[in-house]
Amino acid sequence: MAKERLSREAIAMRVAKEFFDGAIVNLGIGLPTLCSSFVPEGMQITYHSENGVLGFGRVVMDEDKAQWADIDLTNAGGQYVFPKPGMCFFHHADSFAMIRGGRIDIAVLGVLEVSEKGDLANWMFPGRGVGNIGGGMDLAFCAKRVIGATEHTTKDGKAKLIKQCTVPLTAPHCMDMLVTDIAVIKFTPKGPVLKEIAPEWTASEVQELTEAKLIIAEDLKEIELI
Amino acid sequence: MAINKVFNSFQEAVADVKHGSVIFIGNFAGPGGTPFFLIKALRDQGAKNLTIVGNTAGGIGLTLDYDDHRILFQNHQVKKVIASFPFSTSPKRPSDAEKQILAGEVELEMCPQGTLAERIRAGGAGIVAFYTPTGPGTVIEEGKEKSYFNGRPYLMEYGLKADFALVRAWKADTMGNLIFRGTQRQFNPIMAMGADITVAEVDEIVQPGEINPNCVIVPSLYVQRIVKVTEKTDFPRHLETDFQVKEEV
Repeated sequence: MAKERLSREAIAMRVAKEFFDGAIVNLGIGLPTLCSSFVPEGMQITYHSENGVLGFGRVVMDEDKAQWADIDLTNAGGQYVFPKPGMCFFHHADSFAMIRGGRIDIAVLGVLEVSEKGDLANWMFPGRGVGNIGGGMDLAFCAKRVIGATEHTTKDGKAKLIKQCTVPLTAPHCMDMLVTDIAVIKFTPKGPVLKEIAPEWTASEVQELTEAKLIIAEDLKEIELI
Repeated sequence: MAINKVFNSFQEAVADVKHGSVIFIGNFAGPGGTPFFLIKALRDQGAKNLTIVGNTAGGIGLTLDYDDHRILFQNHQVKKVIASFPFSTSPKRPSDAEKQILAGEVELEMCPQGTLAERIRAGGAGIVAFYTPTGPGTVIEEGKEKSYFNGRPYLMEYGLKADFALVRAWKADTMGNLIFRGTQRQFNPIMAMGADITVAEVDEIVQPGEINPNCVIVPSLYVQRIVKVTEKTDFPRHLETDFQVKEEV
């Protein structure tokens, strides 16, 4: 019987454990956006979004849309967000000056493929032959720390952490950490190191679903979400 | 004579766009900050062989049903698009631009978003080219000069200029000073800097002196034409608020 994997929310929770008080964080569209719901209490994170806003509040849910949805206050995914004290706006060139200038502490990005060297590929649509580079390439090249958040395998069961990427790269050697539904992997000059595994999983079972050769950490442990 | 850049209609404000012009169009992922009425006027005006520079090519997943600059593609007015996010996120509903790009009717130059923004800013700032750390080792480096500074590779990218910039702002004074509302700002200020003729579509036009000079985002000299929006749109906006909050909501 297939073993249980972490939910998307649990992946986001594990990523959020990497945040630190005062961090400037940029969250990609999709799974990465969920991370903002799991920031430990008392910790202040300032979110940056490509479209020129720093320090915005949470995403506006359906019940609040009548009062708070406003097309002039959205995140990079086009979702309505709440205003927050201390928030500020700036134009697109300033927004990416912040990114290239090294002001983003952590970028959490979605993943299509990651190579054993820490190359990231996430901008081509699978099977369509086209894609959007968007703002992800600047983030992958220039954020201080890049964390990938994704399911460990594709919908067809193929490994996402592979020896060499088969689709165009977002950035070479950019990944610091990969958090999946079965593992936490840290990228080092020696290769990808398996640091944590989901409950009931073994290192060899994770390796079976990973094309790249994993180095097993001496202090390998179970993923802790809180 | 007092300077007055106010035009009475969107049609008049784009009447002299020539075939083959390069046009900056302010836009991002959603409808905020898109000059919808100027785009419609340009569609009706009919100039062809345009080069469109914008974050998207219109009609992407989130704006599938909006008449943004996708209508310029629909009307076959575009020969080239320079964008960072040109393709629809919905595979079942490819945008007009996507179909025309894949059919070879429209040329696409895809830029990382930060490179696109800086190319636009640089063009307006008189910087002909610059080196960016974004892109070496990816498809973006093809055909570009790569140089190493302090051991790190950089790509040379060129500044972009335009004949017209169609921008969206919140308020203008009659001299052309602009302020913006929230994330509406995005590409609009830098696009205003780099065009021979910048046309601003705004919610409100006021007299000089009514906008606090400390708060002006686009200085008047960058703006040649201003048109006020009078029609209501269906998008949620609360123009009575300016997003300043003292406590978390």
